[in-house]
Amino acid sequence: MSAPTVRPDDGTPTLELRGVNKSFGAIQVLHDVHLKAYPGQVTALVGDNGAGKSTLIKSIAGIHAIDSGEVLFEGKPVSISGPRDAAELGIEIVYQDLALCDNLDVVQNMFLGRERHTGVLLDENSMEIAARDTLARLSVRTLKSVRQPVSSLSGGQRQTVAIAKAVLWESKLVVLDEPTAALGVAQTRQVLDLVRRLADTGHSVVFISHNMIDVFEVADRVAALYLGRMAADVPIAEVDRTRVVELITAGRSGDLGIAPAAVAEVGV
Amino acid sequence: MSSAVQPAAKDVPETPAPQSGFEGDTAATTFGGVVRGYVDKVRGGDLGALPAVAGIVVLSILFTALRPNTFPTALNITNLFVQAAPISLLAMGLVFVLLLGEIDLSAGVVSGVCAAVMAVAMARHDVPWYLAVLLAIVIGAVIGLVTGLLVSIVRIPSFVVTLALFLGYQGVTLKLIGQGGTVPVRDERVVGIANNSMSVTWGWILAIAVVVLFAALQLNRWRSQRAKGLVSQPLLVVVARIVLIAVITIAVASVLNVNRALNPNFTIAGIPYAIPLVIALLLILTFVLGKTSFGRHVYAVGGNAEAARRAGINVVRIRVLVFLLSTALAAISGIVAASRLSSVDPSSGGGNTLLYAVGAAVIGGTSLFGGRGRVRDAVLGGLVIAIIANGLGLLGVAAYLNFIITGIVLLLAASVDALARRRAAATGR
Repeated sequence: MSAPTVRPDDGTPTLELRGVNKSFGAIQVLHDVHLKAYPGQVTALVGDNGAGKSTLIKSIAGIHAIDSGEVLFEGKPVSISGPRDAAELGIEIVYQDLALCDNLDVVQNMFLGRERHTGVLLDENSMEIAARDTLARLSVRTLKSVRQPVSSLSGGQRQTVAIAKAVLWESKLVVLDEPTAALGVAQTRQVLDLVRRLADTGHSVVFISHNMIDVFEVADRVAALYLGRMAADVPIAEVDRTRVVELITAGRSGDLGIAPAAVAEVGV
Repeated sequence: MSSAVQPAAKDVPETPAPQSGFEGDTAATTFGGVVRGYVDKVRGGDLGALPAVAGIVVLSILFTALRPNTFPTALNITNLFVQAAPISLLAMGLVFVLLLGEIDLSAGVVSGVCAAVMAVAMARHDVPWYLAVLLAIVIGAVIGLVTGLLVSIVRIPSFVVTLALFLGYQGVTLKLIGQGGTVPVRDERVVGIANNSMSVTWGWILAIAVVVLFAALQLNRWRSQRAKGLVSQPLLVVVARIVLIAVITIAVASVLNVNRALNPNFTIAGIPYAIPLVIALLLILTFVLGKTSFGRHVYAVGGNAEAARRAGINVVRIRVLVFLLSTALAAISGIVAASRLSSVDPSSGGGNTLLYAVGAAVIGGTSLFGGRGRVRDAVLGGLVIAIIANGLGLLGVAAYLNFIITGIVLLLAASVDALARRRAAATGR
């Protein structure tokens, strides 16, 4: 395990959630959730199955409206009521199933829904140049051609394309939902490098993962959800792997985590 | 970008291939590279226009051998092209529907309804021909709008919606025309679409214009890609393609411009107006599908509707527009078919009309599974189907055999499509 780079928590977080609640009918999925994601940093969002990670990122993406709580984007309160609002703020989500069209090529996928035009014509040349520049900026070297169909790419390459697609749009916050879940060793390596470069190019990255090795490899901060509550949102230097696992499974670890009373209340 | 700047220990290459970045973009610029790329593509299950071209060549040779006196004559070849026109037009619309992974089983009978509307309007209500034609196309579009809304908003599977409409619209045609009746189409401009030809001079001008336009578009694209250092094909391939199109166009034009009259006292020569109509729609729709956002979004919805939705594409709108476009083309196809027969009867657009058009699209290379296909597939496949229909007619085979053979051809085309898809999944294309 390499020592993660510690970055000072100075400046305003790109995204800050304060006291976010969300229920589906009678079931409250998110309880008073706080989260901060800083520019240039990777925030790992961890938690067991059903802890509310997906609901949380879907709230950030505007797919689920939150019931109460504050969302601040670059210090300003915002309300995200749809995926378009999120995109306009500069929030890009890379879902686990990637959402790429197999029958289109890399450039076409990266610009899908936001094609460039000259008149009514698609401006293929300018899109190809921009796609190539973005991939080069992220030091992606594994693609043979930007004009190859996505169906011919490996899992790692697809993940790369999906991430590059998110970066293309001057995005400030990129949320990655388990980007390494289905990948082999070498491909995981490539994607983790890419996640790191994403933060190093000034993006604020929220990285969902179940894999502690990956988390400690790239994250600057770690946020642990436990049964819909934020057990901890701390710089990664303050915790180690054992403590993170405790936070995920019990909601508490030493002085960190949900107050014992609350744990007793939810953890029955 | 060269491999020298790569941090040596950090990147574990996924494949042992050189990792200089996008080297495939430059590999494709040699003639050999393109040929290899094409062979790989075909092996990988993407057959493109290959089955249709092979079909045209093999069937032409077969029927020429069986009926050397009647099949390869200027008269029959002209007939064949005119026969192919309504099939290709209907298939063009179906290409769009199939690209979405949907089906429109009612497209054939919609062409019948629209043709009946036009014929009844002209014959019984003295509507001028241009208004009658316009009315037919508008009704076609409205029918498609209804189908599209049922499919995309109510979310009834398209084959159920259009199967119900297939039955319903036959009733509409019957009601419009009356039991057992036939409505003649007498207007010479409408009849002329399939039965009159442009003068030989205009025919040559058209042929040369098509070749020049094609060459200009191809060369211009190549030049601008080259200038910006983008992925482009080698000049040799571009030129070869232009030469191929030029040879085919000029060969077809010279056959159609030969005097095909059986009576030596008359001269019948020139390109029937239905052919420039098909070419014009082929060009317009190819442009729409390949060069506009709408076309790109059609491919996207067919490839992965969920991805398209997340990318902010209005999937409902795309589906509705595609059904609308498809039935508007069905209306045009119905008009051309009515022009060819100079009449409309209650069975117009029924029978094997739809089967022929679906067969044409699939033989041309459009996938039944969505996401893959081009407008030209409709034209190439339409020619294959027309050759079969025409050839079997000349052989005088029994009607039952005609049905069986056409059914088998469609099944064959669908099998090729399904196998190609499996192969594509296996080779990761």
